[in-house]
Order: sequence, then C-alpha cells, then structure tokens
Amino acid sequence: MSNRVTNILVPLVSVILGLLVGAIIMLVSGYNPLIGYTALWNGIFGDLYTIGETLRQITPYLLAGLAVAFAFRSGLFNIGVEGQLIVGWFAAAYVGVAVELPKIIHLPLAILAAAVAGALWGFVPGLLKAKFRVHEVIVTIMMNYIALHVTNALIKTVSDGGDRTERIFTSASLRSEFFQNLTEFSRLHYGILLALIMVGVMWLILEKTTLGYELKAVGFNQNASEYAGMNVNKNIILAMVISGAFAGLAGSMEALGTFEYVSSKGGFTGIGFDGIAVALLGMNTPLGVIFGATLFGSLKYGALNMPNEAGIPLEIVEIVIAVIIFFVASGYIIRLLLLRAANKKKEAK
Amino acid sequence: MTFLEALYFIVPSAIFYAAPLILVAIGGVFSARSGVVNIGLEGLMVIGAFTGILFNLFFADTFGSATPWLALVAAMVAALLLSLLHAVASISFRADQVVSGVAINLLAIALSLYLVKKIFGKGQTDFITERFARYNVPVLSDIPFIGDLFFKSIYNTSFFAIAVAIVAWFIIYKTPFGLRLRAVGEHPMAADTMGINVTKMRYIAVMISGALAGIGGAIYAQTISNDFGHATINGQGFMALAAMIFGKWHPLGAMGAALFFGLAQSLSIAGSSIPYIQEIPNVFLLILPYVLTILALAGFIGKANAPKANGKPYIKGER
Repeated sequence: MSNRVTNILVPLVSVILGLLVGAIIMLVSGYNPLIGYTALWNGIFGDLYTIGETLRQITPYLLAGLAVAFAFRSGLFNIGVEGQLIVGWFAAAYVGVAVELPKIIHLPLAILAAAVAGALWGFVPGLLKAKFRVHEVIVTIMMNYIALHVTNALIKTVSDGGDRTERIFTSASLRSEFFQNLTEFSRLHYGILLALIMVGVMWLILEKTTLGYELKAVGFNQNASEYAGMNVNKNIILAMVISGAFAGLAGSMEALGTFEYVSSKGGFTGIGFDGIAVALLGMNTPLGVIFGATLFGSLKYGALNMPNEAGIPLEIVEIVIAVIIFFVASGYIIRLLLLRAANKKKEAK
Repeated sequence: MTFLEALYFIVPSAIFYAAPLILVAIGGVFSARSGVVNIGLEGLMVIGAFTGILFNLFFADTFGSATPWLALVAAMVAALLLSLLHAVASISFRADQVVSGVAINLLAIALSLYLVKKIFGKGQTDFITERFARYNVPVLSDIPFIGDLFFKSIYNTSFFAIAVAIVAWFIIYKTPFGLRLRAVGEHPMAADTMGINVTKMRYIAVMISGALAGIGGAIYAQTISNDFGHATINGQGFMALAAMIFGKWHPLGAMGAALFFGLAQSLSIAGSSIPYIQEIPNVFLLILPYVLTILALAGFIGKANAPKANGKPYIKGER
C-alpha cells in the first residue's frame, strides 16, 4: 500500500471509528444510534436554512484549521489558536463599533485589526521560542488564558461595565443579503469566501514562495536549515505570526459575520481547540483543512439538532470528535494495522 | 477591613484554593519526570470532579460523613482509567502527546456532561449534601497569629495535599523508583540499557498523574463548587500545569507555586474588599499565574529546564 493511500486512509478510518464509538455509547446509554445520527444528518442538511448555518459554522473552522496547520508545517504546535481567535474577535468588534467609515474602508480595517491582534498574540510565543527556546505549547496555553481575561476586562471597559459591546456598524458587517436570500435567512455571511481565499493563500505561501519553502524546511529539520543558511529564528517567529493572523481572522468571522458583537466569556469558544482536530484530520494541507473543517463544522452544528429531534445530549458529538482526534493522533497503530492487513492479502494471493 | 483581618482571611483561603492545584501539579510532575507531557490534566480533573460529585450524591445516605473521602477514591479510580487512554496513545501508540492530551480534555468534559444530562436531565448536577468540613486544629489554632493564619477553619484536604507533596518529593528524590523515574525522563535509552523498563515506568507515572488529578478534581468539586456543571473545572488543570512548570518540575516547587497561584486566585475573588489590593484591577490578578509562568519559562525568574526526554515517545533501538 502506498504512503499516499495510507495517509488518506488513516483519517478516514479514524472518522469511521469515531462514529462507531459514538454509536456504541448511544446504544449502551439507552438511545437508538440510528435515530441519533438521523437527527445529526437532519441538523446538517435538513433544509436550506440549516445548510446555510452549517456553512456559517464551517467558516471559522476553516481559518482555525489553517492556523494550526500552518504552524504544524513549520514544526510548531500552536495550541494558542483559541486565544488568538478571542483577541481577533475583540479587535474586529472594537473597530466595528468604535468608528463609522465607508464600508470599503471599514470592513477591511476591521478584518485587518483582527489579523493583527491574532498575529501579535502569536508573535509572543514565536519570539520566546526563537530567542529563549521556550516550548511554544506551554506559552500558547498560558496566552489563551491571558487572552480570555484581558478581552473580558476590555469588553467591560468598552461597554461601561457591561458584558457585551454594541452591535457593530453595518459598514463593518460581513452580512450578505445574497446568501441570506439563498438560504432562508440563515446567518451565512461573506466570510466563507474570505476563508476559502485564505486556504488559497496558505497554499500559495507554502508551495510557491521562498518563505514557504524555508518554513517547511525549518519544520523538517532546524539544523539542516540553519546549515543551509536560513534564518531559523526569523522563520519560527514568522510562522507563529502568520498562524496567529489566520486565527485572528477566524475571530473576525464571529465578530463581523455571525454575532456582530463581542460578549465576555466564561470559558473558551472551543473553535481554536477544534482547529487542532481540523488540521490533524486534514494532514496539515490546505485542501485537507477544507475537508476537516467541513466535517467538524457540520458535526458541531448538526449536533444542536440532536436534543430536539432525538432527545440525545449534543455532547455525544463532542465525544465523537475527541475519539477521532485520539485515533488520528494514534495514526502509527492504524498504519501498522493497515499494513498488516495489506500484507496478509498479499500472502493469501 | 484592617490589614490583619485581611491577612487572616486571605491566607486560609489561598491554602484552600491551592489544595486541588497542589495535587494536580504533583500529578503533572510524576508524568513529566517520566517523559510524558500531560496536557490532559484538565480533563482528568474534570472526570475526577464529576465522579466525586456523582459518588457523593448517590452514596451520601449510605456512608454519611465519610462520603467525601470515599468519593475521592472513586474519582481517583475514574481518572486513573482515563489516564490509561493517554498512556496507551502516547507510550504504546507513539501518538503526539500534546494531541492525545487535547483529546483527553475534550473527551472528559464531553463524556461527563453527556452523563450528567442523561442522569439528571439538565446541564448540572444537584448540590451535594455531605461536604468536607472545616475545623480548627486543636492546640495549634491557639497559637497567636500563626494559629489564626494556618490552623483555624481549615480543610483536612489542605493538609492532605501538602502531605502528598512531601511524600512525592521523598519518592522522586529518595527512592530507587524515583531515580528510575527521572532517568527514564532524562535519557530513556540509557535507562533501558541499565535494565529499566521504560514503558512500564512511563505507564506507572501517567497513572499516578491521573490518580492525583482525579483526587484534585474531586476535592475542588467537593470544597469549592459543590456541584458539577460545564464550568466547574475551568482552567484549573492548566493552572496546575503552570504551577508544575513554575515550580521547575520539582514536587515542593510545584507545591509552592500552587500555593502562590492559590493566593492570586483568592485575591482575585476577595480582593475587592481588601485595602491596597482593591486598587489593582482584577484582570491583573487573574492573569498573574500565567504571566509568571511565561516569565519563568523565558528564564527571567531562574532557569526552568524540562526533563530532557519530555514529550518524546521512546522507540527501542532508535538513535
């Protein structure tokens, strides 16, 4: 079996195993998995409105997945996408409410603010990694909590002690009448186009630029890259900054598209952590991220229908997602099993 | 509130908040010392909190005032079982340990909320009736100043946590087992050559971390929240991870860091009624543990060196 085939088979097998474990859990706890998964299916594809909302949910997952994948390709584990997303969300919403400008300036400005905020939040762990060899996983986890508390405090200041900002001016909104008419007034917005463009941007950076080549080289082998004359430290920082910018953009999708405001949070959105799942499932490639985001975004939105239609707690889908991550991470053993199965077939012949 | 009154309020409450952190951080020390990163501490705490509360609710009538302690045992077992999943993935299946930890975190909160909704038909459990009791330590609490600070209306669990930290220090630094544990985390190949079973040591270490994190979660749930819902454990596991690093992967250091973070937590909750402290915006106290950890890692507060083989799966025969 070729490497390429196993690379695609591992995520597929993981998804199937994840759904299987979900079914078993439903069965054991006294629910009918068929009814459960039918409700999930209807929650994703039920009618035009749900399809619109599903696509809306996929949008931030695309960008969060890109953020994680981009860092992974440079040999970095950005577990701080969540925090970068939160500061991006706040920055975009702040620009959205603070000033009123013509749309052609306001919307790009708000989006840019989100990207810059996310990039800044990625810059810190990047710098610490480059200068002090501090492991980025720990720093980004800490940065997540700092982001959560700092944005909550800022929201309080901006809203005079309240726990959410005003609605953003329409000049900063990604709202799309065209999409709304198409999908029975779901909240699907133009952000999905931006997210898809960014998938292209990531591909372009990684495959068609010197920067991308260097980033990948650093990801493969830092010493070899250094020896070949690349500036490893610069590349580490750049990788975290770009990754953070993608994550910040994911936040702007929520700020300018879905919610059009930012409210203080008691905990994390979870989108950033699910971004890890998206990237892993997509094998850290731009195209793979589209598949990963589609799968997890759909599961996440479809789950909302499960309590109503089947009376099953929606957490079952979170369990499925966790199990999928677990299996993808344990790819080594799945590869081994696939290989053994393939060898057996050969012997039988 | 005078300064002294404030002190009498803040110090016991800091110890109270620190107890679960100490246990979970010590768990993290065991795992990291053996070379396995355990980001899943948060999830293991969640399972511990959930199991503890569930056991307490179901068996309070049977066991009476012993219930909270028995609930700790139940929580320990549950978290230990979940940590096995992390062990299998990261030791035997050579999974990325951070990813496996993330999966544990997602799985723990999803599974416990799923069960809460299934059993109680709502998003959180009922409140428990049998709680850990506060009490005054006889004799010691009569000592002026110190008695008021450390021995009045204190929880047994706080002493338990500190005792565990000391025992952990003894095990890791004074026993053959501890030496092997550290060897496996620093240089697994050398340890293997000397006849130490790397896989076994790592499994044991991860299971210890699971057990302690479970107990920590159950203590948190049975002293601070008294029920279980989606926000019961909200970052305490990661704060314990921070304490472990800030304490430089040393059990007593981790305990000190946990006590300090407990102080920051209790100040952020009670600070608004204390002179001087109320001038500090709350957000600074909230982010203090995390900022300090980053600074410690960057080498601004002493150098923090992780065990060398931390995070790397050991593959026999590989150079």
